[in-house]
Amino acid sequence: MMLDVDLQATLGDFKIKAAFQADAGITALFGPSGAGKTSLVNMLAGLQRPSRGRIVVREHVLFDSGEGIDLPPEQRRLGYVFQESRLFPHLSVADNLSYGYALVPKGVALVDYDAVVDLLALQSLLTRRPGTLSGGERQRVAIGRAILAAPRLLLMDEPLANLDAPRRAEILPFIENLRREFDISIVYVSHNMDEIVRLADQLIVMADGTIAAQGPVDKITARLDLRHLTGRWDAGAVLSTTVAEQDDADKLTRLSFPGGDLWLPQLGLAIGSPLRIRVHARDVSLALTPPEQVSVLNVFAGEVIEVGADDGPQVDVLINIGSPQQSQLWARITKRSQRELNIVPGRKVHAMIKAMAVDRGDMG
Amino acid sequence: MLSPLEIEALSLSLKVALWAVACSLPLGIAVAWLLARREFPGKALLDGIVHLPLVLPPVALGYVLLVLFGRTGPLGIWLHDWLGINLVFSWRGAALAAAVMAFPLLVRAVRLSMEAVDRRLETAAQTLGAKPWRVFLTITVPLTAPGILTGLLLSFIRCLGEFGATITFAANVPGETRTLPLALYTALQIPGGEAGATRLALISVALAIIALVASQYLAKQVSKRIGLS
Repeated sequence: MMLDVDLQATLGDFKIKAAFQADAGITALFGPSGAGKTSLVNMLAGLQRPSRGRIVVREHVLFDSGEGIDLPPEQRRLGYVFQESRLFPHLSVADNLSYGYALVPKGVALVDYDAVVDLLALQSLLTRRPGTLSGGERQRVAIGRAILAAPRLLLMDEPLANLDAPRRAEILPFIENLRREFDISIVYVSHNMDEIVRLADQLIVMADGTIAAQGPVDKITARLDLRHLTGRWDAGAVLSTTVAEQDDADKLTRLSFPGGDLWLPQLGLAIGSPLRIRVHARDVSLALTPPEQVSVLNVFAGEVIEVGADDGPQVDVLINIGSPQQSQLWARITKRSQRELNIVPGRKVHAMIKAMAVDRGDMG
Repeated sequence: MLSPLEIEALSLSLKVALWAVACSLPLGIAVAWLLARREFPGKALLDGIVHLPLVLPPVALGYVLLVLFGRTGPLGIWLHDWLGINLVFSWRGAALAAAVMAFPLLVRAVRLSMEAVDRRLETAAQTLGAKPWRVFLTITVPLTAPGILTGLLLSFIRCLGEFGATITFAANVPGETRTLPLALYTALQIPGGEAGATRLALISVALAIIALVASQYLAKQVSKRIGLS
């Protein structure tokens, strides 16, 4: 167990009561603003104090109100990447990077400095001052600085929230590589589902200071009862796939997943590489009979599990596809279609996904 | 160009001011930190005591110093018996008087600058493994540098001009406590001393202007160096 948390805190009128466990890998902490995500992470880091509870990271007890243990932040050895980078303005990038590196206790393995500089492409920035860096560059330095302190666990509090979309897209691959290269576990706070789908293995949903749900990303995003939290407008299902075939003639790639195969515009990935994709509900349409002579490449026979209640002109329908192994898809259809096709739980349907509908930004 | 007596007064003034500022700096930073960063009972009282020299007549303060640090004062006896230091009639006494008078200016400048330091940077340093004293030395103090510099120069200039507390506490001993203002005062006591007084006044003015210009230049340079502007 990488992280075992059970704590309670009262911050003014706001109460936090959270218990969860997380395995190695990237654990996303998701929830609307004001849900208590940042407070929770601050309590892990020792920057805020829970009124009672217990925090254990990789078998190290950092906080235990019962036993009177409350390690100060500098002894917790948790890296923290803040939303506003918090680089030291009076130090060069190189000195910022080595700040925590120089403080790693004896006996703890150092992180390879050059590898971090390479991975985050910081070589050309080393002599510069933080004041001269762009937002994306700052966050890369902040990530490097945190990693070089050889943390037991890396906390990232909406590290991309202050960046525009292109900068975000620029940093995401760095975070993915980080985990691959340095085998580091991350608690990643975000309210952006696309980031989470791309990065995270586990998802913890927070609302009003409590844990609303926790589990693997694809399971949690498929749950209808959490839809008011995980997002209605960008609703979608997450499929964990592997690259199965490259069709160079038609420039297509076949991804296989438990519920079947999915053809997408060609991706420059090796066969066998894992890829997680998010299929938006709005890109899935339904038919009662197997569609013939249509342009859609991806058709899956399935069965309706659940039909969401909604006031608007549309409803979201959860479908099980594939056999014997199954996956779940969301389809967003109009209420009129739902009524005319009599889409109710148990109904056999065919779900269609346009190959072009899934773009690179939805993949991880 | 300058007479031996003027050079004596000028160098004594510089010596007294430099010692006063150098010795009060660590205490000034510590008090500024207490006032800027800590909450404790008696904080308002400490704040008041630090600012007292700004509002008290210097002569009154010199008298308080005399009562405390004079030959028969409680602290004076202690200093004499344990360290063999006499402050009265000594340039050290002049330095103490100047330091006390300039202390509020030093603390004020450092405190304002320290309050402006982003505390989130300090927590960031903590999460990187820095203990509180290291955070203070490597983050808080360097980022307070412009304020420390301003405080140093303001209090240095204040020390150069100190008169009332010095003459009351350390007296007016040629070559020992007769700094520029005291020499100027002495010149005015002698019939026909106006010319000498004018020269001393001009020296004081020149010194003050040099110090002020230097302080502004240095403050700008330091701000640039630590990336604040």
